[in-house]
Amino acid sequence: MILTLLLMLMLPASPPDTLALDASVVSAFRQPEKIIPAQTLQGEQLEKLNALSVADAIRYFSGVQIKDYGGIGGLKTINVRSMGTQHVGVFYDGIQLGNAQNGQIDLGKYSLENMESVTLYNGQKSTAVQSAKDYASASAVYLQTRMPVFSGKRRTNLKATLAGGSFSTINPSVLWEQKLGNSVSNSFNAEFLTTSGKYKFTYRKKDGYDTTAVRQNGDVRALRIEEGLFGRIPEGQWRLKFYFYDSERGYPGAFVREEPGKFRHEDRQWDTDFFTQGSFFKKWGDYRLNASFKYAYDYLHYLSDPRLDVSTMYVDNHYRQQEAYLSVAQSYDIFKWWDVDLAADWQFNTLDADLVNFVYPSRNTLLAALSTSLRWPKLKLQGSVLYTFVDDQAREAGAAAESRSVWTPTAVLQFIPFRDKNFSIRAFYKRIFRMPTLNDLYYTFIGNKYLKPEFSTQYDVGLTWDKYWTRGIFKKLNLTVDGYYNVVENKIIATPASNQFQWTMVNLGLVKIRGIDAAVGTALALGPVTADLRATYTYQKAQDFTDPTSPWYGGQIPYIPWHSGSFTAAFSYAGWNLNYSFIYTGERYESVANIPENHAQPWYTSDLSLSHNFPLGKHALCGTLEVNNIFNQQYEVVQCYPMPGTNFRLILSFLL
Amino acid sequence: MLSDARNEFSINFVFPFVTKMKRLCLLLLLPVLLFSGCRTIEPVTPSEKTDVGGGDAGDIAGFYLLNEGNMGSNKCTLDYYDYASGIYRKNIYAERNPGVVQELGDVGNDLQIYGKRLYAVVNCSNLVEVMDATTARHIGQVSVPNCRYIVFKDQYAYVSSYAGPVEVDPNYRLGYVAKIDTASLRVVDTCVVGYQPEEMVIKGNKLYVANSGGYRVPDYDNTVSVIDLSSFKETKKIEVAPNLHRMELDAYGKIWVSSRGDYYDIEPMTYIIDTQTDQVIECMELLACSDMTLCGDSLYVYNNAWSYVTQTSDVNYAIVNVKTHQVVTRRFITDGTEAQFQNPYGIAVNPNTREIFVTDARDYITPGKIYCYTPEGRLKWSTNTGDIPSRIAFTHQRLQ
Repeated sequence: MILTLLLMLMLPASPPDTLALDASVVSAFRQPEKIIPAQTLQGEQLEKLNALSVADAIRYFSGVQIKDYGGIGGLKTINVRSMGTQHVGVFYDGIQLGNAQNGQIDLGKYSLENMESVTLYNGQKSTAVQSAKDYASASAVYLQTRMPVFSGKRRTNLKATLAGGSFSTINPSVLWEQKLGNSVSNSFNAEFLTTSGKYKFTYRKKDGYDTTAVRQNGDVRALRIEEGLFGRIPEGQWRLKFYFYDSERGYPGAFVREEPGKFRHEDRQWDTDFFTQGSFFKKWGDYRLNASFKYAYDYLHYLSDPRLDVSTMYVDNHYRQQEAYLSVAQSYDIFKWWDVDLAADWQFNTLDADLVNFVYPSRNTLLAALSTSLRWPKLKLQGSVLYTFVDDQAREAGAAAESRSVWTPTAVLQFIPFRDKNFSIRAFYKRIFRMPTLNDLYYTFIGNKYLKPEFSTQYDVGLTWDKYWTRGIFKKLNLTVDGYYNVVENKIIATPASNQFQWTMVNLGLVKIRGIDAAVGTALALGPVTADLRATYTYQKAQDFTDPTSPWYGGQIPYIPWHSGSFTAAFSYAGWNLNYSFIYTGERYESVANIPENHAQPWYTSDLSLSHNFPLGKHALCGTLEVNNIFNQQYEVVQCYPMPGTNFRLILSFLL
Repeated sequence: MLSDARNEFSINFVFPFVTKMKRLCLLLLLPVLLFSGCRTIEPVTPSEKTDVGGGDAGDIAGFYLLNEGNMGSNKCTLDYYDYASGIYRKNIYAERNPGVVQELGDVGNDLQIYGKRLYAVVNCSNLVEVMDATTARHIGQVSVPNCRYIVFKDQYAYVSSYAGPVEVDPNYRLGYVAKIDTASLRVVDTCVVGYQPEEMVIKGNKLYVANSGGYRVPDYDNTVSVIDLSSFKETKKIEVAPNLHRMELDAYGKIWVSSRGDYYDIEPMTYIIDTQTDQVIECMELLACSDMTLCGDSLYVYNNAWSYVTQTSDVNYAIVNVKTHQVVTRRFITDGTEAQFQNPYGIAVNPNTREIFVTDARDYITPGKIYCYTPEGRLKWSTNTGDIPSRIAFTHQRLQ
């Protein structure tokens, strides 16, 4: 049995494994990667991480911080190289997930159950034909769901999974893939999750208090249904997808001083998200065309009811967002070594909320990207320029922000200096911006319509070295190191207006980030035992230069550790897999005032899992037992939001 | 032959493997070794002393300052300034009360000394923390949901709270005033008042509370509730102006109450209520007030008013003579140092020395500052405080 290599970076498809259905599937029409390298987790690598959601998996990338409010239901957002959550584009099957309201994507809502790969790009993706949106964020995460593959003469794949464990979690799912003729196949996937979200946690001080409590109101109930159609045409393909997500969850809230057990926090949130999206790709000789569309409807209901919790005030808000999106991208190879790409996207967003004095904003965004790349054996160059036009409308005259049009460039270079093609040097420069979100501009009492876009500029230089051996114990070694310098200008920050209840948004911030990302991975084979080891390390000095008169000028920005890293090891022997994952987040501060009051302890967790495949004739059963946070470390990622201690999960999959 | 083969195997296979493994382990451990450290049990955050210079303030030994701390951060802290030594000591509660779980709590809203006790109203912790005024050590606590401010008379403390009973429509939820027996530290009675009640004053046997209705935008409350302390029943509602907040009672039986307006069209102003007639007798149209403090006949007022129309804050200052109702000056800081303030947030005047204290909450998420001015308005000293410094309570008992 050949195992996929754990946490391979910058390597394409992984070898097949024992569970046909779990094989990493690579699209026949995936375009050759051009220049910018990426960090990818796919197929079995993802399964070995004891990860429930996309957020749990992304923690193993270098240069990434996940803000995690704890538990299965807690908000989980990604911050790449300290530029802020809103600078990260998250793409689902190639099309961006939107949240025009606050620009944040809760990665905890996206299941790994049907995920084929998770990829992180610093800068931008660079494939042969890509939408203008692919150029439009400072960094991007691509979530690629599984595409059906049928081994031999099979026409049907059926897989049923039941997972369960700590926090009274029950998580069944079903995947049904059906071949419909020679060139069309269908995939249906449904998943249900329910959890009480209750876990014990401890807060203690040296020679002081030592208290243990149970996290309350962290329950989640979620249903996800995905239906996809996949078709092949000569020199091309098309896809159509329907996605439905419905959930209810409690807000456990900040753990602050209170008379224990006196007040029950009962505020709740309901989400209903629906989207349908499709894409069409075809190649005619040297010309490639990709067209895609999306329509999304997101509904959020938040309720805080003093009849349930006397200490809160009544809040009952409903938010409805809609998004329509169209994209046409094309590329043309002028010569074998020179191509030109042109893409144009249009997006329309609306936000409806039952807030007092709400202006009911809508936003039109037009994006056009012109890109060219030159490829020689020793040198690859890519340059692109993105034009963005944003125009907001509001129901009330004069309430909308003025329209913006912005040009932003990117330049990428890859150089192979030696005869060894496996050693390369790369560099990129990218300037991009994020528009103020609809909340930033229009949220009643907080929004400020005079906000300017927030710009980020990135400079990156890195190197990659891969080495493969066919004989001996070592099969592979790869190493990547990047150094970078980022500047975030006109950073949109919340600032108090005149009391705790009044905040407003301003373009005040200036943040400079200097960092190093490094990763090393290796694969070993010792007789029948194979081992894959990988370590990542991140150093970040992210300083706030907003206010020269502030005593905290130049302080490390909140929640960014100077040092962080991960280590994973996967061993396999005769159908057994043993995986170990370690995450480390170094000391950091909860405020730009880097003083003892705001100091946050380092945290590090170790997870273990053991899995085995039991062949049952034509069928197969796969069992996995996970133990997470095996040393029961009591830690928090976000101040006052305790994380779970040791917890278990058992997963059983049956393949028909 | 066999052993040779084994040796060869060892030499060519195992040894390099071992050395390679060692190298690999080192390589993998290197980042771990570079990490600055491991966890220890978090120590109690110690207080921090700054020598700002002392002085003689007669029977006033010093003052306590309550820092609100940003909502959800559990960072309400207590500072102490000592006149005799001239030491400003930041964050004294935690080290004096290491056994109190989660320290002072989340969002301190009011601080008062009554008798030998120091009372802190901790809004988002839903409790009133009761401490010994000479040691700042925990004595007890009284749970009051969404508590705001505290006043005292005789044996009782009165605490305003947003969390009144919920009738049919939860949008219409009145607040109340809780009556607390300071001996037993129990709520003995409650009296429902207006929407989101804030500051209170007691004149004779009547308690006046300013109802804000801050959660009922744009339908702010505009009344002052009057409670008869004997029956502990609301006897009257005085209509004043929208969004009431601060209250000061002067020596002439007049209550100065601030209206914050609606942040759009209705300007913030200060109103005067006569406690004889329980009627509004005057509106100080040009006296906008974020906070005020009374010292003798001088009412020190500052205003840091945010306008959503202009998207700017307008800060100004005044001293009003409460006898004549005339503005004495629009500048009580005379050396121009008020330009350093980012967000003035609290004010106090030492009744003995007439020193003026102004706190600056800065950006709310980093430590604030306190500024001490001479009676003439010249900066004497300033130092860092906790996050969002707000309430000052002068004490006659020196902190032990």
